[in-house]
Amino acid sequence: MNHSEIQSLIEEKFPNSLIANENLQGNQLEIDGQFWKDIATFLKNDPKLLFDQLECITGIDTGDDGPLQSRYNLHSMELRHKIEVIISLDRDNPTVESIEQIWRIGDWFERETYDMFGIVYEGHRDLRRILCPDDWEGWPLRKDYELQETYHGIMVPKVKEEEGWE
Amino acid sequence: MGVIQGDQMVLNIGPQHPSTHGVLRLEVMTDGEIVSKITPHLGYLHRCFEKHSENVTYEQVIPYTDRCDYLASMNSNFGYVVAMEELMDIKVCERVEYVRVIMAELNRIASHLLGVGAYGLDVGAFTPFVHMLRDRERILDIFEYTCGARLLYNYMWVGGVSHDLPKDFKKICFKFLDYFEPKIDEYNQLLTYNKIFVERTADVGVLPADVAISYGVSGTNLRASGVKWDVRKEEPYSIYDRFNFDIPIGEAKFGTLGDCFDRYWVRILEMKESIKIVRQALKEIPEGDIFETMPKKIRPPKGSIYRRTESPRGDLGYYIESDGSPVPTRVKMRSPAFTALSCLDEISQGWMMSDVLCILGSLDIVLGEIDR
Repeated sequence: MNHSEIQSLIEEKFPNSLIANENLQGNQLEIDGQFWKDIATFLKNDPKLLFDQLECITGIDTGDDGPLQSRYNLHSMELRHKIEVIISLDRDNPTVESIEQIWRIGDWFERETYDMFGIVYEGHRDLRRILCPDDWEGWPLRKDYELQETYHGIMVPKVKEEEGWE
Repeated sequence: MGVIQGDQMVLNIGPQHPSTHGVLRLEVMTDGEIVSKITPHLGYLHRCFEKHSENVTYEQVIPYTDRCDYLASMNSNFGYVVAMEELMDIKVCERVEYVRVIMAELNRIASHLLGVGAYGLDVGAFTPFVHMLRDRERILDIFEYTCGARLLYNYMWVGGVSHDLPKDFKKICFKFLDYFEPKIDEYNQLLTYNKIFVERTADVGVLPADVAISYGVSGTNLRASGVKWDVRKEEPYSIYDRFNFDIPIGEAKFGTLGDCFDRYWVRILEMKESIKIVRQALKEIPEGDIFETMPKKIRPPKGSIYRRTESPRGDLGYYIESDGSPVPTRVKMRSPAFTALSCLDEISQGWMMSDVLCILGSLDIVLGEIDR
């Protein structure tokens, strides 16, 4: 099934859930976060879609007070099609529904994105940091991240400000 | 909370423990000898790969990818350059494609040798490990002869490779393959058909196909559960569609489909397939200039890409977001060992403490790649 057919199927089932964005390319799709869990269930179980593989969840910081994004790469092993779902989230209060119980790997992927970007996945049963220590401060992969000065009394080394590329 | 259960006990494995294949801590809840829950604690090897990538240029990311999966650095490089070339729409020259496939497949053999050998070590067989390391050493010698490095190569660059093959590479490589092919039968006699090894691994830690897919398990672990899925065949990248090779899947040889033995056995079979690919590639490799298609400036257009390739551990994906500058906005690595480890809790419940290490070993994880 090609991209526009998938798009119209979602549009039909969940009216007004798709957000138009001229920057989208390839098989990307931007949706409204409040429908996400229902759409995810639909994507996995509908016999015409059957997205059984959640390949990757990527957090993106668009920078300069722009929104944070949570991107999901889905693939159907049986029907051989792919889509990428983009959900934009408010920078000050980034919350989105968890899909941890739909695709089990979502559990660790969401923990990783939470760890790096502070995106809160509502309904996740065990949302803790996964790579950084539990008491680390701040969200390392956000563009405005500032390193904490000390960690348990140890100085955290700072990287020298270098001149930009070019 | 609050309810005291008489026989429950928390046991800690690691972070420094030889069976964890790196630095990993497992918090194991046991009921007597039987495991009821495992909580893995990661991050001991976290080196901020993704944060570093946002501060260096695109070509400088490649050495970092080496250090993620340090047992299959060629394959890590390969995944990154394939994604970059797709983003920049570069078609690399024929010779480079062949060189890359040869290197990636040799590295796959080397990685499986260590994975299988160390697995023998996990369940108590020491000798096969030494034999396998001996043969892996020969592959590392080939790599050293080609690009000067034994483990961390920085060999594949965007649009090309760093060094051309030496003049007598074909001869050396064929000599190695002729030497190595019969050795696989030797391993089978040493380890595979050993009764103690079979008793330890068959029927243990069964991973059903639907659970594997839901947990994002990929590569050899998924194929051992009977799913015929290989990115090299299903979404061919580079020139993998030109070669003739099979995808070995689990066949419940001694126990249930998807048990530890199947995961081990698929790796042994896959080494044979890799030999086939290298032989074909060596026969067909054309002459050419390896620097011909290398771009002077690496500056991809604005946009993003997600591309996955088949590393020895499974689907290795890179998500690259570019804003048109020479520095990436975001590089995300979707590591196959990360997903494989996530299903450990599910498949080890109900097994004995000693089987947990047997199951963990059969997943063939590399902690450098999990923690990045």
